[in-house]
Amino acid sequence: MRIAITVGLSGAMAAPTLAADINLNVEIPRLSVAEYHRPYVAIWLERADNSVAANLAVWYDVNLRNNEGTKWLKDLRQWWRRTGRELTMPADGLTSPTRAPGKHDVPFAGASKPLADLAPGQYQLVIEAAREVGGRELLRIPMQWPPKEPINLTAKGEHELGAISVTLKP
Amino acid sequence: MKTTAKLAVVALLACLPVAAEAHRAWMLPSATVLSGDDPWVTVDAAISNDLFYFEHFPMRLANIGADEDGGPAAGAKGPKGKGGPPGRRGGRPADLVVTAPDGSAVEAQNGSMGRYRATFDVHLKQKGTYRIAAINEMLTASYKAGGETKRWRGTAEALAKDIPAGAEDLRVTEGHNRIEVFVTSGKPTDTALKPTGKGLELLPMTHPNDLMVGETVKFRFVADGKPAPDMVVKVIPGGIRYRDKLGEMDFKTDAEGVLSFKVEAPGMYWLNASLGDLPSTVDKAKRRVGYVATLEFLPQ
Repeated sequence: MRIAITVGLSGAMAAPTLAADINLNVEIPRLSVAEYHRPYVAIWLERADNSVAANLAVWYDVNLRNNEGTKWLKDLRQWWRRTGRELTMPADGLTSPTRAPGKHDVPFAGASKPLADLAPGQYQLVIEAAREVGGRELLRIPMQWPPKEPINLTAKGEHELGAISVTLKP
Repeated sequence: MKTTAKLAVVALLACLPVAAEAHRAWMLPSATVLSGDDPWVTVDAAISNDLFYFEHFPMRLANIGADEDGGPAAGAKGPKGKGGPPGRRGGRPADLVVTAPDGSAVEAQNGSMGRYRATFDVHLKQKGTYRIAAINEMLTASYKAGGETKRWRGTAEALAKDIPAGAEDLRVTEGHNRIEVFVTSGKPTDTALKPTGKGLELLPMTHPNDLMVGETVKFRFVADGKPAPDMVVKVIPGGIRYRDKLGEMDFKTDAEGVLSFKVEAPGMYWLNASLGDLPSTVDKAKRRVGYVATLEFLPQ
């Protein structure tokens, strides 16, 4: 712990504006249902007024022919309303295929977009999951940007999302 | 879902009957309980994810008062329905069977096949309960020839002709699906609800147009006329779009095939069950039967 704090401080002193990294771990729960489809998931950063500061990831059926997987993007209904409907899919660096049940590391480097452009401030990391013929769940994790020291934040979903862990490193 | 996985699922589903297909098949009547001298109902029929919103495919139905391709009825003006609306599925359409309170068959009217739903009207000329059912029977097979998996669909007569003798890994499925709704003009009656002895059927102990929240409902299920004990029956409330949890309830029939359950909120409910391993009259075939009903629960 002491080492971590020291590293954090030295990092902050050396370059106060240097971008930090976000290491996210998202658990997709294993569900026992008659018809299972992997959930669509959107991850973004939200300002206090719910406007979108950065789109981080969208997992959907990117490989269906004729871009048919986009038909169900609106089921991520908060994401769709806040930002999804403004975007053209698929989008480089943002969209990727849906993921299987299990824990997934999702790193975002501070040196690259969109974190490199993110203004300092208070944000909420939002994760929304919607499953075809299943349910929907949305989690919000408040976070300060850039982090002053390494910090780990967690949240736990109830049905469509499992354990979520966010590690911020200056 | 990865494309490969999706293809596998599509291939698998190609062997399964309508009710077990990805997405949900359903019919939705404009009303289930009617009064007055000259009532009609309009029924929507669709295949969708959310209940009960038509957002994916129309249910392909024959005998809805339109021509076989879903175009206007014979003699009507306008283009024939060749090809139908975009997105329509191939294969043989399900048969619509409307049974009147006296047990006679009634024709549906004003049918049309849209991009997302099929729709038709039933003129309720008699007092009592109508049973409106979409019935889909199909024989499908898969086998290996030259290292490739072949799929086949057709009739029992064609089966022996089309598939080479000694085909490897031959799997034959005889599917029967019933997707139905009940509507009552005046007092509920039972004549139209008598079992046909084919496929999976719901025999009312509680009348399907006399359902209230908080009251225990009892239905007896029979598969090809025989009781269906220990069968899982899934019940999902409509209005999925406006809530986060699916709210699916799993019930089970008892040793006599009787299902007892109750629901707490009024509305339209989707009830679904299937059995996969019944004896078939077709040689080497497995028989798979599916059942779907849309039921309306009224507030107390």
